[in-house]
Amino acid sequence: MQQFFSYTVSGMGTAAIYAIAAAGLVLTYTTTGVFNFAHGATSMLGAFTYWQMRFAWHLPAPVALVLCLGVLAPLFGMLLERGVMRYLDGTSETTKVVTTISLMLGLLGLSLWIWNPSASRPFPRFWEGEVLTVGGVRIPYHVVATLAITGFVAIVLWLMLKRTRFGVSMRAVVDDRSLVALNGARPHVISMASWSVGTVLAAMAGVLIAPSLKLSALPLTLLVVNAYAAAVMGKLKSLPLTFVGALVLGLGTEYLRGYQGSLRISQKLMPGFLASVPVVILLVVLVVGRSPLRGQTITRVRETVQRPTWAGSTGMGAGIVLIAALLSDVLPRTDLFTLGRIWGLGIIALSLIPVVGFGGHLSLCQMSFAGVGMVMIQHLGGRGSPLALIAAAAVPAVLGMIVAIPSFRLSGIYFALSTAAFAVLMDRWIFLLPRFRFLGMDWDIFNGGSLDLRRTRFFGLSTEGNRAFFVYGAVAFALVSVAVVAIRRSNYGQRLIALKDSPAACATLGMNIKVAKLGVFAVSAGLAGLGGALYGQGMQSATTESVQFLSSLTLLMVMVVAGLNSPGAALFAGVFLGFGLNNVIFGKLADLVPDRLGWAQGFFDKLGTNTLIVVGLAGLSLGRHPDGFVATRLRPRWDQILARPHALLGIGGTLGVAYTARVAGLIGNWPFAIVTLVVLVFVPRVIIPKGPGANAEDLSGDPEEVMIRASARGH
Amino acid sequence: MGEMALELNGVRARYGSVEVLHEVDLSLRRGSVLAVLGSNGAGKSTLLKVTAGLHPIASGSIRLDGRNVVGWSPDRLARRGVCLIPEGRGVFPHLTVRENLWMATHLGVTRKDAEAMAFERFARLGDRPNQLAGTLSGGEQQMLALARAVITKPSVLMVDELSMGLAPRLADSLYESVRQIAADGVSVLLVEQFARTVLGMADRAAIMVSGRVVIQGTPADVEAHLSSAYLGG
Ligand SMILES: Nc1ncnc2c1ncn2[C@@H]1O[C@H](COP(=O)(O)OP(=O)(O)OP(=O)(O)O)[C@@H](O)[C@H]1O
Ligand SMILES: [Mg+2]
Repeated sequence: MQQFFSYTVSGMGTAAIYAIAAAGLVLTYTTTGVFNFAHGATSMLGAFTYWQMRFAWHLPAPVALVLCLGVLAPLFGMLLERGVMRYLDGTSETTKVVTTISLMLGLLGLSLWIWNPSASRPFPRFWEGEVLTVGGVRIPYHVVATLAITGFVAIVLWLMLKRTRFGVSMRAVVDDRSLVALNGARPHVISMASWSVGTVLAAMAGVLIAPSLKLSALPLTLLVVNAYAAAVMGKLKSLPLTFVGALVLGLGTEYLRGYQGSLRISQKLMPGFLASVPVVILLVVLVVGRSPLRGQTITRVRETVQRPTWAGSTGMGAGIVLIAALLSDVLPRTDLFTLGRIWGLGIIALSLIPVVGFGGHLSLCQMSFAGVGMVMIQHLGGRGSPLALIAAAAVPAVLGMIVAIPSFRLSGIYFALSTAAFAVLMDRWIFLLPRFRFLGMDWDIFNGGSLDLRRTRFFGLSTEGNRAFFVYGAVAFALVSVAVVAIRRSNYGQRLIALKDSPAACATLGMNIKVAKLGVFAVSAGLAGLGGALYGQGMQSATTESVQFLSSLTLLMVMVVAGLNSPGAALFAGVFLGFGLNNVIFGKLADLVPDRLGWAQGFFDKLGTNTLIVVGLAGLSLGRHPDGFVATRLRPRWDQILARPHALLGIGGTLGVAYTARVAGLIGNWPFAIVTLVVLVFVPRVIIPKGPGANAEDLSGDPEEVMIRASARGH
Repeated sequence: MGEMALELNGVRARYGSVEVLHEVDLSLRRGSVLAVLGSNGAGKSTLLKVTAGLHPIASGSIRLDGRNVVGWSPDRLARRGVCLIPEGRGVFPHLTVRENLWMATHLGVTRKDAEAMAFERFARLGDRPNQLAGTLSGGEQQMLALARAVITKPSVLMVDELSMGLAPRLADSLYESVRQIAADGVSVLLVEQFARTVLGMADRAAIMVSGRVVIQGTPADVEAHLSSAYLGG
């Protein structure tokens, strides 16, 4: 019994922290309509800031707390509203999710920038070691304090929302934002206040929870994913239910941890599972929760991207293969090895097109499918057997259909959360499972944490050499991109897009929506698995880190920035992430900066190694064009150029001359790359100064968005 | 100060790339009642949204008491005395009646006075102060919406299809409340599809057809043109 009480006490301590984190999430979601994926990252930043003041600068704890939670956190919340969230009014749910994910990546990047991740940062608990004994149960002071703080927070929130006009206005915003303005209240001030409160709650949760983890950016950020389960139990709108959810979550996890010894489950399977309990609960609540949870359906206002043509896509495929073949001749072997991974990543990026671009379902777990693909190669592709590739596509495809099932009743943000939960479950449990026996067989899923991947042999044709693999990858990428275009052009693709625009209409037309959804997930997960196989074979060995949730988010963001509908964007994503384009570009910039400007050199060097911050910033600034940079800016220009033979001839000629010069050794790789880039990106701008992109933007602005922009200007 | 409380000149407005108001001119004399009539989709609601700052205009000017207010935000206009009771329900469904009235105090009335004024004018609201507005009947919701105009004493009151979905008797009694508000010196702009009640209480009237004001004049003038405007539009 004593034991039960002590589990209950520590469970309630955890629950209290989840409650604070989840309350902040629910508050900002209901009052602004933005589900803040960066909530966890905000907690993390709060914890680090507190650590910095308390333990690096040795400020007294109360001073550090007031500075961190009373001054910096609210300011940061206001800044967030003013700089980012305000512009999300009236945009689609996709745009909102994309923006907050970008913010999450950006904040993670920022913390890695400021606080070197390899240093150790002890973060002792408040009142470390002091214990209150009640009836034989030992309750640590910090648990008492946490519970007291949570009770206080609950009361303050309740009073604010019911007993102040300000709080009532926050609730009014949930009902009708413009009516609030018609009443003479300033909607932006209200939003700013709720972002401040939300940020304070996030930071508070971060400071409270940091001592029980190591002060380390990613785990802290993801720990708050656990609180999502509590928020979802409150249906993202009820604060009392959210608190109940937090209690269920905290106690459930703690009891399971406490009594795991008495369960008849292999002890080896437990550690990762314990860490996954909150996301399992999240999944269960999402999937079997009483009423279906519907967010906004994800709709694009207008598709600015035309239907891809056969000529265009096969031409591009052929072009890619040709260029790859040429490059494989001039590039040094070591570069070819590094470059080998761009094709696999590119295919994984392509796999996002059917599901997110056509289907409109935000999938945050493509890298997990890729990981499963890699696992298949590990276990079945030992002798380079091509059959392993089939398994690498088939097994994820089946898994994809399972992941799709929640989409029958969930949409929008809720479905995105279920895919996030799946990804985290794979990260924390499945991929980390040690060797175990099951059904009379030995299983060692991720080969003890690091895969060792053989490249495929096709009936005597080996792809083992780096050159061969590079060309083979290009062929695979080209084939998959043509396949994606084929899906887009097929009846099925048309139906998917129709389904995205109006699920209700399609239901009345008698389309089998469930089959359509299962299909698109099977295809996309299968492609991701295949891409994962190639990605892994490119690297030849792979760790769980390369397929984690965070990588899925990063890849998705790069795709969003480049354009979720176009294979060209997928190629860009592959090159950007596979080749570390970021590092190359900023590294070169740092070299170009004169030595006098040491700080600028350091700045670019840091940017170069911090892909997260670059992707985050790009997502924040470009994520608002729903069709992406490539599709809305570059493509339209190119379409016009293709209609002007002399321009095409000029560009082709210049490239030919540059290539000849390179092969003849007159110029090096860098001048060649720069000339190519200039020709491909900037010449179109000069030839067609006012790109059709400008008009496209006009068209793509939906009425609400136009309205918001205008009213924002009015201030 | 001129004699016009509100003046629109050459106002154009669009949704995306579709223009729905084309060069609209309209003026509301201080202390008078103007009725704007038009069939579905004529642009009446858009006209009111534009005037209340909820939707931007593409060109033209909007003057409030002679001052150009183009580009002002809705809350700023509200603080300047523009009160729009929007189409449909102009209430917060998940707030109680009292909380809804509390929202109307952003313009400087105390909470106590606000409730006193509202409950005096609409006794039916006073009977159910803690009921959620979303559970009120259609007529009661319109009363609650109109209560804002009673409380805040705006200089310009705009009401969008007050009678929509209500029994004629109830609509008449709501219009009686509007008449009382007007009698206190508030300039009123009423928008309706059907003419019956509003023409009777208006000082001037206008007809909108597909985004244009086609006739503007006395209610009698307008009534004479009514059928031709509807049919000819
Ligand atoms: N948010 C919007 N986006 C796009 N078009 C809109 C929007 N709101 C209104 N419209 C269009 O603008 C035109 C005018 O609409 P408005 O609502 O102003 O008409 P109305 O005269 O108020 O009609 P009703 O009497 O039916 O309320 C219509 O053609 C309508 O389809
Ligand atoms: Mg209308």
